[in-house]
Amino acid sequence: MITTDIIIIGAGPTGLFAVFEAGLLKLKCHLIDALPQPGGQCSEIYPKKPIYDIPAYPEILAGDLTDKLLEQCKQFEPGFTLGERAETIDKQDDGSFIVTTNKGTQHKAPVVAIASGLGSFEPRKPLIENITQFEDKGVEYIIKEPELYRDKDVVIAGGGDSALDWSIFLADVAKSVTLVHRRNEFRGHLDSVEKVQELKNSEKISLITPAEITGIIGDEKVEALEITKKDEAPFTLGTDHFIPLFGLSPKLGPIANWGLEIEKNAIKVNNALDYQTNIPGIFAIGDGNIYPGKLKLILCGFHEATLMCQAAYQIINPGRRYVLKYTTVAGVDGFDGTRKEAPKAVVKTIN
Amino acid sequence: MKQDIDITIIDRDGVTHKIEAPTDMAMNLMEVVRSFELAPEGTIGVCGGMAMCASCQCYVNSEHNLPEMQDDEEAMLSEAFYVKDNSRLGCQIHISPELEGLEVELAPES
Repeated sequence: MITTDIIIIGAGPTGLFAVFEAGLLKLKCHLIDALPQPGGQCSEIYPKKPIYDIPAYPEILAGDLTDKLLEQCKQFEPGFTLGERAETIDKQDDGSFIVTTNKGTQHKAPVVAIASGLGSFEPRKPLIENITQFEDKGVEYIIKEPELYRDKDVVIAGGGDSALDWSIFLADVAKSVTLVHRRNEFRGHLDSVEKVQELKNSEKISLITPAEITGIIGDEKVEALEITKKDEAPFTLGTDHFIPLFGLSPKLGPIANWGLEIEKNAIKVNNALDYQTNIPGIFAIGDGNIYPGKLKLILCGFHEATLMCQAAYQIINPGRRYVLKYTTVAGVDGFDGTRKEAPKAVVKTIN
Repeated sequence: MKQDIDITIIDRDGVTHKIEAPTDMAMNLMEVVRSFELAPEGTIGVCGGMAMCASCQCYVNSEHNLPEMQDDEEAMLSEAFYVKDNSRLGCQIHISPELEGLEVELAPES
């Protein structure tokens, strides 16, 4: 069991900034995110795109913003449970919460802050009628263990970076790799596209384009795929695995069943005070919450995170006096023993 | 020339909405759909309008001269589902006076 002061669900910009604000109040945070890396949408969807409305940054790339937020909160030593989706929440008799992920990892804290944005990113499944019955029986939407494909026949579908990168990687592992895409053009880093071309020329990857997977054939597991090339009759290709890589889309997911008030796919909060939900001790901050006048902006998430931490402090330290401190005056004392502070003014006599 | 144009949007439940869309607010079709709340929040414009998610895919039913498809839109549509010959990403269609009378249908959520 992982114990902390604030469990933050979602490691996007709002969640990461909450770690810093909590740290100033000597509260420790642990973040849970379905994605394998922190940054949320900023790292998953648009790391190379600029953002122009972060105060004091006339322009910053979304990926760089993530890096800077990680650097800013580093001394408060946040814990991370990545690649796991928060599945259930259970209130304990002592008022604390236990959040359990889909992989069974348990986290306990007196305060939970949901900073889940538009939701957890789930793979987009192609529209093949019987695909669900083959999930984990030869159909995998996410590659977790590349060794699974050693000396197997693998078909990958998709035209983006992940389809290209995994085709390249698995070319050395699998018995055969076939890449199927609806167009002849691929949308990926130039290096990856060129590498795939090279592997195709040396017959390490077979390319079938423009084509789509239109059916899955097999008894207990995937045995073959029906592939249809544009304007041609379908044909069958034997394979052990089918890996559709069509990107991820965010879904509110299990949080919808936590007893929270939901409106317009977002969690209702009290914005007059502290962004608490209808369940005391559970807050919602950032793009995933809703209140009158809500704007889904990163800078609004930062503000909400800051106020949430004040309320969390009161829950964790009931009745304890607190006064706002400015970092310029008080400095920043990290949990790792580091201290940042403004340089002292030099006093020198003038004769 | 008037500032608003009349356009018709058929939502994902098949309901037809005749609306007036402003041409002077630098809006795109995805943003018009959101501003009139014709699709639930969180199911459209997920990437914010960068042609990176296809949640605003729509079918263009009228014969308008639309802005030409750029590479990123074409690439995104080639990975999207429920794609038809008249599919476009709403976020890439800028609302301009030439689009008076436009009729589009929102593609299913995926």
